[in-house]
Amino acid sequence: MELEQIFFWLLAFGAVFTSVLVVLPPGGKNPIFGALALIVSFFFVAGIYVLLVAHLMAALQIMVYAGAIMVLFLFVIMLLNLSRRELGEESKTFTQGLGATAMLVIAIKAIVLVEATADGISKRDMALSDGFGTVEAVANMLFHDYLFPFELAAVLLLVAIIGAVVLAKRTL
Amino acid sequence: MQPVATLVAQAANQPSIPLSWYLYVALALFAIGGIGVLVRRNALTVLMSIEIMLNAVNLSFLAFARFHNDMNGHLVTFFVIAVAAAEAAVGLALVLGIFRHKKVVNVDTMSALRN
Repeated sequence: MELEQIFFWLLAFGAVFTSVLVVLPPGGKNPIFGALALIVSFFFVAGIYVLLVAHLMAALQIMVYAGAIMVLFLFVIMLLNLSRRELGEESKTFTQGLGATAMLVIAIKAIVLVEATADGISKRDMALSDGFGTVEAVANMLFHDYLFPFELAAVLLLVAIIGAVVLAKRTL
Repeated sequence: MQPVATLVAQAANQPSIPLSWYLYVALALFAIGGIGVLVRRNALTVLMSIEIMLNAVNLSFLAFARFHNDMNGHLVTFFVIAVAAAEAAVGLALVLGIFRHKKVVNVDTMSALRN
């Protein structure tokens, strides 16, 4: 087995395992545990991005997701400092079981879809253009083809900041 | 001895990992996140499960970008990360507001529009 494949399996297993920890009861009983597992999961996924020659996205994944979003999560979890009672009961209803089963069935069905899609694409030439995934290439596209969505994203973030401040105020 | 840059370039042009492996990982992450959203009742865990699902989608975008030699997937991922940041900020502010009001962060209790 090649080194690339070994790295892939390590990263993929780590990402899936830590994501399961977020969803399973240990993460649910104590949200801090889940948030820390999710940070580790983001690092594993960033490693897979590097294997996909998406270096800038790997860096952004760590800086924005692990560095900003998850710190916000941890901050709120610690600010609330929830007791067992305040977390509430984890209800177990028929609808929940139905939802989980439906999700599993969709995932199993999608395996066939993945097989078909990947077969068609893997027969093509895999050569990458120069500078694929670098800051320069992404920035070139961002400020030419995607200038308007980029400005819209800036407005969206501004709206989110104002919305968060208004929502979290003590007196609405 | 070849320079490292050449070796890296070779590895990038001849991947030993097929596209389907990446898609399977993305599928597994998406299913895990989806089950978390549907089954868990703690609002914070539900928000974190949504982040897992967004991550799975990003992964499949980047996999397709790499195997199509098309950078548009990277830009989509960039915007997904920006939207995820906005979503997390507003979502957590909502959780804070609801906790002040009801003293519980269980989504089962969030069923009324008024009072």
